[in-house]
Amino acid sequence: MFMYKIGVVGDKDSILGFKALGISVFPTTDAREASRTIHKLAKESYAVIFLTEQLAKDLDETLEAFKDTVTPAIILIPNNQGTLGLGMKGVRDSVEKAIGADILFGKEGR
Amino acid sequence: MARLNVNPTRMELSTLKKRLKTAKRGHKLLKDKQDELMKRFIDMVKRNKEVREAVEKELTLAFKDFLIARAVMSSEMLEEAIMYPTQRINLEVGMKNIMSVNTPVFKLVTSDIEEEKASSYPYGFANTSSELDSAIQSLQGVTEKLIELAQVEKSCQLMANEIEKTRRRVNALEYVMIPQLIETVKYITMKLDENERGNRVRLMKVKDMVQAR
Repeated sequence: MFMYKIGVVGDKDSILGFKALGISVFPTTDAREASRTIHKLAKESYAVIFLTEQLAKDLDETLEAFKDTVTPAIILIPNNQGTLGLGMKGVRDSVEKAIGADILFGKEGR
Repeated sequence: MARLNVNPTRMELSTLKKRLKTAKRGHKLLKDKQDELMKRFIDMVKRNKEVREAVEKELTLAFKDFLIARAVMSSEMLEEAIMYPTQRINLEVGMKNIMSVNTPVFKLVTSDIEEEKASSYPYGFANTSSELDSAIQSLQGVTEKLIELAQVEKSCQLMANEIEKTRRRVNALEYVMIPQLIETVKYITMKLDENERGNRVRLMKVKDMVQAR
C-alpha cells in the first residue's frame, strides 16, 4: 500500500522534537512561507499536516482551501506558548456550519 | 408562490404530476439522509472535542518538557542529537464511507530506518540531558492521539460540508420546488376544468338554438 507522510509546520522551538520521532519538520515563523510550504506539501504525498495555531491565525485562506479535500488534513496544534483556542474554534465552526447553532460549547441564551 | 411557465395542457399536467411525485420522494430521501448524517455528526464531533482537549493538554506538557530540554542543552547539541532519527513514521490512508461521505482513516506505520532494532532515541546518552529523553517520550505518546485527532477532525469537517449541502437541497425542494409544482398542477387543473365547462355551456347553447328552430 502506498505510504503517506506526516508533516509539521511551525516555529522551530516548538516542533523540533517531532523530528526525533521521524516526522518531517518544516520550521518557519513567517506566515507566507508557511502557506507556500503547505501548498507544496499538499502536492506531495502528505496526508496530515500539523500546523501551529501561532501561524494558523494568519493563514485562513490556506486552511479554507483544504477544507473540502480528503487529504491533506490540516490540523491545528498549540505551540510551546500554549494554545490560542483556534483549534477548538475550528471544531465549533464545523458544528455551527452543520447544525446552524452551537450546541456543544456555548450555553448562550440559556 | 410563482407557478411554472407552462402551457395548460393534459400532457403538461401528467408530466408535472410525475415530477411532483419524484420531488416528494427525493425530498423524503434527502431528509432521511440529513437526519442520519446529523446523528453521526453529533457523535463524531463530540469525540472530536474530547480528543482535541486531551491532545492539547498532552501536547502542551510535551512542549514544556522540550522547552526545558532546550534550555538545559545548547541548541547545537540538541539539533545534532535529534538530527538523524532512527525511525520513520508513515501513514496508511484508507477510506471510510459514512453516509456517502468519504472520510479518511489514518493508520500509523512506524518503520525503523536502521536494520537492527535501535532504540527510539536517536542519540547517545552521553551528551544529552534526561529532560530531552522525557520530552521525546511524551511526544511519542501523543503521536498516536494526534493522528486520531487528524482523522476525526477531518471527518467532521467533511461531514459538516455534506450536511450543509444536503440541507440546502432539502430546503430547495421543500420550499421552492414542491410548492411550485403543486401550484402549477392546480393551475392547470383549474384551466382544464374551466375549458370543460366553457365547452359544455357552448354545446347546451347550440342545442337550444337547434331546438328553437
